Amino acid sequence: MNQKSEHLQQISEIKSIMERSSCFISLSGLSGVFAGFCALAGAAAFYVYINQKIGYGYTELAGRFRVELDVDFFTFCFADAGITLFLAIAFGIFFTTRKAKADGLKIWDATALRFLINLFIPLATGGIFCLILLFHFGWFGIIPPCTLIFYGLSLLNASKYTLDEIRWLGISEIVLGLIGCLYIGYGVTLWAIGFGVLHIIYGLIMYIRYEAVPKEKKYW
Amino acid sequence: MKNFIDRLNKAFENRIRLGIMSALMVNASVDFLSLKDLLNVTDGNLASHITALEKMEYIAVKKEFVGKKTKTTYMATKLGKMEFNHHLKALEDMIRMSE
Repeated sequence: MNQKSEHLQQISEIKSIMERSSCFISLSGLSGVFAGFCALAGAAAFYVYINQKIGYGYTELAGRFRVELDVDFFTFCFADAGITLFLAIAFGIFFTTRKAKADGLKIWDATALRFLINLFIPLATGGIFCLILLFHFGWFGIIPPCTLIFYGLSLLNASKYTLDEIRWLGISEIVLGLIGCLYIGYGVTLWAIGFGVLHIIYGLIMYIRYEAVPKEKKYW
Repeated sequence: MKNFIDRLNKAFENRIRLGIMSALMVNASVDFLSLKDLLNVTDGNLASHITALEKMEYIAVKKEFVGKKTKTTYMATKLGKMEFNHHLKALEDMIRMSE
């Protein structure tokens, strides 16, 4: 019946507008996949450095409550984390912009801003908290699980304004982080799983769900 | 069947009005430029449909100054939300009926 398809089309238009006006839907799964590989590379570099330069393994390093502030060590840590973060964000922006263009959407609008603000408030809190733990208390081992927990909370908070998968990614990161708090010695391994493997898995799921299939025709 | 068609709100027959209401249903408020980008319409076209919805008191308008420029934001009124939900329900019922 012709009238029926007309009504169905109206409903799908309403749904599409509601989604586009309230959620940041341009987030690309591929940005997750590449961020995951960056994290794995970053964690691998850290692991190699620890084993070669420090002389004792990560488990022992993390287990020490107070780590002597060795300039070389921290320079390496911040350079490693900085480069990893920079590459992950760069890939994220690249693939998300590409997806927005392909969908004919604007990359920068009210939904993107809302998503980022809600992501960065808990994320920045976590970042500052970790710096305090490190420089004020010198507790190195707790940092990797802490970054996982705060990253998970940030994703959970921002997930209201983007694709649903982000919520589950957030919850998974929180669980990994809590496990990491109990097994401090596995901090870097769990960090690599959380920021590396989980990003790749969820990125692939999102890519397959939203991008690999051809988009339906747009009405507007 | 006639009964169902009567339940559809004529005010939402137009796609742009339907679009405006859809955006206002899920956002506390939306400004003019965002609506324009979202629906991909011209200023004049959008303004005339907004005026129509405003006259029916389905949407409320708020004007404020941001620096020297005015920024106009819109929100759905209680009546507008109720009417839109009725319209949606009628659409869904009609689809279900014809199955």
